[in-house]
Amino acid sequence: MSSTNNYILGVYDDEDEVLHAVSEVKSKGIKIEEVYTPFPIHGLDTALGHARTRLPIAAFMFGCLGLVCAQALINYTMVFDWPMIIGGKDFFALPDWIPITFEGTVLFTAFGLVTTFCISNDLYPGKKPEILDIRITDDRFVMAINVDKNKKSAADIKKALKDSGAVEVNVK
Amino acid sequence: MAGHSHFSPANVEEHFEFSSEGKKRIIYGFIAGIVALIIGIYLLSKGESGGHEVAAAGHEATNAGHEAAGHLSGGAASHQPAAEEHYDWTNRIWANVWLNAVFFTGISIIGMFFVSLQYLAKAGWSSVLKRVPEAFPKFLYVTLPILLAVFFFKGDVIFHWMHHGVTEVGNENYDKIIAGKSGYLNKTFFIARLIGFGAIWLILWNMLRKKSLEEDLVGGTEIFTKLVRIGVAFIVVFGLSSSMFAWDWVMSIDTHWFSTMFGWYMFSSWHVTGLAIITLTVLLLKDKGYMSYVNENHLHDLGKFMFAFSIFWSYVWFSQFLLIYYANFPEETIYFLERWEGHNKIYKTSEILNIFFNFFFPFLVLMTRDAKRTRIFLKIACFFIISGHYIDFYQMIMPGVLGPHGGYGLVEFGMLTAFSCAFIYVISDELTKASLVAKNHPFLPEALHHDI
Repeated sequence: MSSTNNYILGVYDDEDEVLHAVSEVKSKGIKIEEVYTPFPIHGLDTALGHARTRLPIAAFMFGCLGLVCAQALINYTMVFDWPMIIGGKDFFALPDWIPITFEGTVLFTAFGLVTTFCISNDLYPGKKPEILDIRITDDRFVMAINVDKNKKSAADIKKALKDSGAVEVNVK
Repeated sequence: MAGHSHFSPANVEEHFEFSSEGKKRIIYGFIAGIVALIIGIYLLSKGESGGHEVAAAGHEATNAGHEAAGHLSGGAASHQPAAEEHYDWTNRIWANVWLNAVFFTGISIIGMFFVSLQYLAKAGWSSVLKRVPEAFPKFLYVTLPILLAVFFFKGDVIFHWMHHGVTEVGNENYDKIIAGKSGYLNKTFFIARLIGFGAIWLILWNMLRKKSLEEDLVGGTEIFTKLVRIGVAFIVVFGLSSSMFAWDWVMSIDTHWFSTMFGWYMFSSWHVTGLAIITLTVLLLKDKGYMSYVNENHLHDLGKFMFAFSIFWSYVWFSQFLLIYYANFPEETIYFLERWEGHNKIYKTSEILNIFFNFFFPFLVLMTRDAKRTRIFLKIACFFIISGHYIDFYQMIMPGVLGPHGGYGLVEFGMLTAFSCAFIYVISDELTKASLVAKNHPFLPEALHHDI
């Protein structure tokens, strides 16, 4: 996010104020890109109207994949490739395999989910952080508005932010 | 949240009204249960005179089952179910009373356990609904005397170790294994445990209830600290007593057999049933227009509890099964053999339903966030969990007590209906005695703003 002068930033110094400001700014027909905060604020996602994450669906898919892979591995090794009698059980001894199936499911879900999370958030080793305002890691709450994606003029947006209680308004 | 900003805890008091129409309906239900029970008993007594063929077939199947067991153990028949020795058709009635009394004792005391756990964890979210589980232990006044009476008068029907002469050297019934366990499994000690722990349960519950109601009038945080102490004391007592009662009331039915996981297993079954009943009670109260302050966030937490503890139950059940299956000792596998292919396979269906109702259905129904926040899905899950764990207790108790004479009939249906209606009546009555919201609970404002 190089400085393109595309972003107007409203800086707030109180969590409740920024929460109220979100609905106030939105009610004026302004589209908010994102709100950056030092800690999670309850109800902010709902106020912003963000769609719910689809990570749980991905988790379920990875879990199913893990289950199938674990079963395939044990079946191949223990039933087809090199059948062995263990404890007088059948080659296909399903109860014995439940723990391994469970572990495979958990392993695939965990790794798959972390990978998906990193990809969907554009995170990778060596990535340069994009921070609009360094104070969002400390005690300020920043509302970012992309001017290009809004019909209102920059001046109108700045005024709306000021009115909603922003302690300063910057352009980046 | 914004919707609750007008809701100031100090001025809120909501009283559940147990309408005369509701009372009538529950009493009719109770009577219907008793009628079904009487018809069932009548049919049972008839079946005894004309049903020798069925009984004989059952015996043959048992013998076949035992041959299989004998084959596994290399001929050492180490297990004799209590039912085979002298079976009387009335045994099935006593087995049913015992089954329901154990099941409902568990549900009642889990109410106390839930509240204590919330105090121990200093949890805020549950303070909006804590009056519901807090009312449950009242039913112990019904179930504990029933347990005591059945044990005292009909203990030899339920328990193998109560049979005449099993610990007497030289008696034809002498059983070395049971004699070895008689230091723990004897009538005096059993009754002492039942009365002792039962009394402690009731005393602690009465203390908690009294303090909790006092808090409504007085306010402040002093009572909260005292309630935390009572909760902690109860958890310590319950940790010990729930395990001991699991051995006493259920595991000792199959006296030769034992499992070191049994305490956990029965506790997990009780716990998840209790959670489902708490959730269902809250949902039904909400349907009647009460508890508007319990919103989907609280329901979500209850749903998570049911989901998690259904998996916990499955984990414990499976751990117990896997070790026995893997080690393959005949004296241990007989327990599962009896339930799977013994006794003419009459218990096989419920064993399969047990896994489906208590693991697969709650697991799949409650998996998504939306399902845990939707009342109808929660109700479906509650239905599966409650009926599933009735089946679970059926599987724990019936094969050992009745052997090939068990079954699902009007006796089972009538007894369960009668106990359920009695439970609903007692709990509804107890709910009317206090405000549905613990209005001076220090964490109530936090709970009202609960958001997940």
